[in-house]
Amino acid sequence: MLMNLQKAEYILRRLLTSVFVLLGLTVITFFIARVVPSNAAALYIGPKARPEDIERVTKLLGLDKPLPVQYLVYMRDVLKGDWGTSISSKRPVLQEIASRFPATFELLCTAMIIAVATGIVVGVISAQWQGKWLDILVRAASIVGVSVPAFWLGLLLQILFFRNLNILPLSGRVDSDLRFTHPIMVTTGIYLIDAIIHQNWVALKDVCLHMILPALTLAAYPASLIARMTRATMLEVQSQDYIRTARAYGLKESFIVYILALKNAISPTLTVIGLTLAYALTGSFFVEIVFNWPGLGMFTVRSLLNLDYPAIMGITLFGAIGYVLINLLVDIVQTWIDPRISLS
Amino acid sequence: MAIKESISNIQSLDTPPQSRRTLVHIAQVILRDPLALLSTIIIIVFFFVAVFAYQLAPFPEQGAGKSNPATAMLDPSPEHPIGTDRLGRDMLSRIIIASRPALVVPIVVVFLAVIIGAPLGAIAGYKGGWLDEVIMRITDLFLAFPFLLLAMSIATALGRGLDKAAIALIVSWWPWYTRLTRSIAASLSQRYFVMAARSIGVRDSVIILRHILPNCISPILVQATIDLGLVILAMGGLAFLGLGTQPPAPDWGLMVSDGRTFIFKQWWLSTYPGLAIFIVVLAFNLLGDTLRDVFDPRQYR
Repeated sequence: MLMNLQKAEYILRRLLTSVFVLLGLTVITFFIARVVPSNAAALYIGPKARPEDIERVTKLLGLDKPLPVQYLVYMRDVLKGDWGTSISSKRPVLQEIASRFPATFELLCTAMIIAVATGIVVGVISAQWQGKWLDILVRAASIVGVSVPAFWLGLLLQILFFRNLNILPLSGRVDSDLRFTHPIMVTTGIYLIDAIIHQNWVALKDVCLHMILPALTLAAYPASLIARMTRATMLEVQSQDYIRTARAYGLKESFIVYILALKNAISPTLTVIGLTLAYALTGSFFVEIVFNWPGLGMFTVRSLLNLDYPAIMGITLFGAIGYVLINLLVDIVQTWIDPRISLS
Repeated sequence: MAIKESISNIQSLDTPPQSRRTLVHIAQVILRDPLALLSTIIIIVFFFVAVFAYQLAPFPEQGAGKSNPATAMLDPSPEHPIGTDRLGRDMLSRIIIASRPALVVPIVVVFLAVIIGAPLGAIAGYKGGWLDEVIMRITDLFLAFPFLLLAMSIATALGRGLDKAAIALIVSWWPWYTRLTRSIAASLSQRYFVMAARSIGVRDSVIILRHILPNCISPILVQATIDLGLVILAMGGLAFLGLGTQPPAPDWGLMVSDGRTFIFKQWWLSTYPGLAIFIVVLAFNLLGDTLRDVFDPRQYR
């Protein structure tokens, strides 16, 4: 009972700080969007801005008003869901983001599942074999994993698996022929789920095949960090008294490692998972370009090329909000796994 | 006089960490660990190549950006060991010349991030109170962004170019050093030599400059080495997105992006510049890993 109250209080406190962080975030995005550029109005219209357009947009965004008023105008628009209009597509930015988000979300989730699963397993095994060749191999691989640029790794995988071995598709989310033979009915926008819902098994296989390379490319960095963290915490936990006691009692080694030790090693690992999500989010931009994945990353890069300023600012705000919410979620999940956190 | 004597007594009991000894220690650690030694050699070679880039490159003008249509898209040959790009420029020369911005920019970025971040952290950690709260909450806001996303949008707001990308990286990177320095300063401010200085009425600004900051240098130095690899990677990423170096100037990230269209026939166009990024970042990370094991700048947290 007491525990639950403390837990609830902690979560409430955490929610409140997140609200303040979100408010603060908008101050920074406001500065980047409206104050840093020398002529924000011109940027919002695009390369072919006429003087009268600039005047109109200056009025619309309140750029002629003092900064606090400008910020209020900005916040009002953000809260109303009016994130500006994309210069290149003439559609509302928020709508553009929403239509592309499922593709990125699908890639991100798949990559994170791969990263967490391999990271934890490899980390535990590496700790078990501390100092042996397997451990050395894992440590080397994990340093390689954090050093390799995602956009380059993606290209190498394409050369190997498409050009040389020709066993995996080059790019995209599905084969273009599939549109005629086995079209995917879009319900959620997440193709893996859509194909299952509509029992479109041919499409499911194709979607999975297209997912492998981009997901692996994106998973390399988080998997390496998670493996390193798991290894370090497992080594720390295993030297503690309760594990030695368990050993002395002759409990099964697999029970000691996978139940007793891992349970207490998982909490720091969760923190790393939250941190690596920030990387995975921006990493997905590069992976999407390389694999022609029609998500937020492709949209971002096209916006960068076209100097589509409202779109870029919208993506920044969206990414920042998403990151804060993910970290909030990680913290809350952590209180369930590790009660010590809400008590401290 | 008596006070001064007792202070020096206290100081001998509680000697602050000394930077010079740390440097010798770093050298010893590197010499003992074969991987750290190898990565240090790679980094030294990289420095050497960057400094003598124009002497080493077989075609320095092409490396710097001069196009030469007659030799466009050549396969690797003795004259052009890794071929030429679509504007006929020798790829090896491009990669060698590009080592300069790849080295200089991250060093400048990390250095300026330290210059901005460390004093703020020292003030926050030493003074505490509301000033600490304000400074740390501001860093929290910057750290609430995914690092590259923040850098990307600032770079866009400033306009294109290597200098703008560098500014964007500094703005998103300084809070890490504020955090690190704050935690060191907070623990230092409880040490006898700082308390003694305060008790004889030394001004806060002098304490921060003379006692706090000098003792933060070696952990910051270690962290900065670890961070260089990350910043090189981030620079490569921004350039790949078209936000860093602008053509015709050479840049590894930009070259990977340029060669992408040709990866199935002229695969060397993208793979070699990417390999350069990878090796340099790997070397910094390997060295950083060893340094972190021994010094762990985050132990103060």
